[in-house]
Amino acid sequence: MRKSLILGAAVIALAASGCARRTPPPEAAAPVETAPVGPGGEIVAPGDVELTELPAQQADLVAKAGSDTVYFGTDEHILDAAAQATLAAQARWLLEHPNVRASIEGHADERGTREYNMALGERRANSAKDFLVSQGVPVDRLLVTSWGKERPVAIGSNEEAWAQNRRAVTVLVR
Amino acid sequence: MRRSLALLALCLPAASALAQEEGAPPVEVEVVGGQNSQLTVAVPAMPGQALGRGISEVIASDLRATGAFTPIGPGGIGTYGQAQAAAPAYGEWRSAGAGALVSGYVEPRADGRLTVACYLHDVTAGRMLANQGFTVAQGDWRRAAHKCADLVYSRLTGQGAFLDTRIVYVAESGPRTNRLKRIAIMDSDGSNHRYLTAGRATVTMPRFSPRGDRLVYTGMLARKPRVFVLDIASGRERLLVPGGQITFAPRFSPDGRRIVFSWARSGNTDIYVVNAEGGNPVRLTSAPGVDTSPSFSPDGSRIVFESDRGGTQQLYVMNADGSGQRRISFGGGRYASPVWSPRGDLIAFTRIAGSFNIGVMSPSGGSARILTNGWQDEGPSWAPNGQFVMFNRIARGGGSTLFAVPISGGPARRMPTPQDGSDPSWSPLQS
Repeated sequence: MRKSLILGAAVIALAASGCARRTPPPEAAAPVETAPVGPGGEIVAPGDVELTELPAQQADLVAKAGSDTVYFGTDEHILDAAAQATLAAQARWLLEHPNVRASIEGHADERGTREYNMALGERRANSAKDFLVSQGVPVDRLLVTSWGKERPVAIGSNEEAWAQNRRAVTVLVR
Repeated sequence: MRRSLALLALCLPAASALAQEEGAPPVEVEVVGGQNSQLTVAVPAMPGQALGRGISEVIASDLRATGAFTPIGPGGIGTYGQAQAAAPAYGEWRSAGAGALVSGYVEPRADGRLTVACYLHDVTAGRMLANQGFTVAQGDWRRAAHKCADLVYSRLTGQGAFLDTRIVYVAESGPRTNRLKRIAIMDSDGSNHRYLTAGRATVTMPRFSPRGDRLVYTGMLARKPRVFVLDIASGRERLLVPGGQITFAPRFSPDGRRIVFSWARSGNTDIYVVNAEGGNPVRLTSAPGVDTSPSFSPDGSRIVFESDRGGTQQLYVMNADGSGQRRISFGGGRYASPVWSPRGDLIAFTRIAGSFNIGVMSPSGGSARILTNGWQDEGPSWAPNGQFVMFNRIARGGGSTLFAVPISGGPARRMPTPQDGSDPSWSPLQS
């Protein structure tokens, strides 16, 4: 963005000067394509581009599918019948809305070490993704990630809270 | 000095109260809260107004933090003049109950820097044991004090220095459901605290490079955990592996040229190694399951890691090329987050058996000892002398703090952080 502004200013400066009659090379006047940049300002690969959440569609998914979240047992990544029913309903919604992508995000409770929980979250998200794919959702619409134990939804240090935090959430993104 | 040294030799190993743990194999012993009796070290204020006194205060505070000494002064005892620093009145200190004395003075230099002269005396024997001058920029006067305290600690205990070091950790604030996490750096005594990241993205697991000039850490980018390499002086950072892969749990090799890390995909997490400057990662493990928390041996020849390939989290050792993988933990419970001691003789770990506790074992898996007794203690990091382990203590119901525990078995000591903290990494000794 900054680049194109500077370029624009240069073009204006050129136009105001005596050189104005010279035709500027066409590529200089064209809008500059800005490459995605990471937190350090470096150019990043397409897979590293930030994603935008879609609150309206997310609310619709929750309303139609019943929930955007499935839950797991302690140190488990197996989907029980309730989780499978929820994911089947999510899959139907995703098939009806072919223009939306989903980030399947695994989480763990606080009673695990930080590194292991990162891996466990990915394992859970991957279980949910595999089930959505088995229901016909194209795999290229689904991203898989893990938050480990970094984003609990329930804050107590007890089994009720831990059960709510062992989860995979289907987050609609653009 | 024979007498004072003999006293320390008796007290430091703290072989007291080695209670057997219920259900654990007999090799595993609890040394939580072992007692030390300590050598009394007098630290009178150095001459030179506020600066001299400030330096002596830092030395006394450092010596107390080692757990090996009871410092007296600089409060409550008189300033010691420059002439007395090298030739103290031993009799007076003997009557004051001191076994050792740390004296010195501050000398401004023509180039604007200052030299701190540091003298260590054996009061019992009535002779000087060591003296050394430390020249630093004026703003770095605390580092000269840490170096003086390191001289005292090393000379009296026979262990390597560790006080002139820094700590990086994750500073935490805000509600637990939406925690603000920033990488912070501070001196080993909590001074010179500053933040290295802005807190826009969740960050975890920062670890120092072997020279202490860079960090690797895991940050969330585009909703995924990713390994970043951060240059501390410039603040510049870059992705280790581009392309949207889930990567975490990074650590440098001892020569600083490679980084080991975990890569998760398709429900399987394996360990990879990559050139620290970038390039193609090389896969080191391929067992189904979670292989994570890799840590090099100090000679770079082996890597300890955790894996649940056998059903539960346990510790494994492999050669640095991935060959020769074998399990080393066979005690009760699960074992996680291993870190190889900089001396090579021990591996620190998190043991999960009801509570989460920090322990150490030999690289072949023997002589396991549990050092802490918190509800959830995890994420050990070694002091450069291999005598202390810093870790993350999480309280039931919230609250995350940093503690350091001597491997000889003394009580764990809370590290001063201005807010909640997690994931500490202890720097190498500064030069």
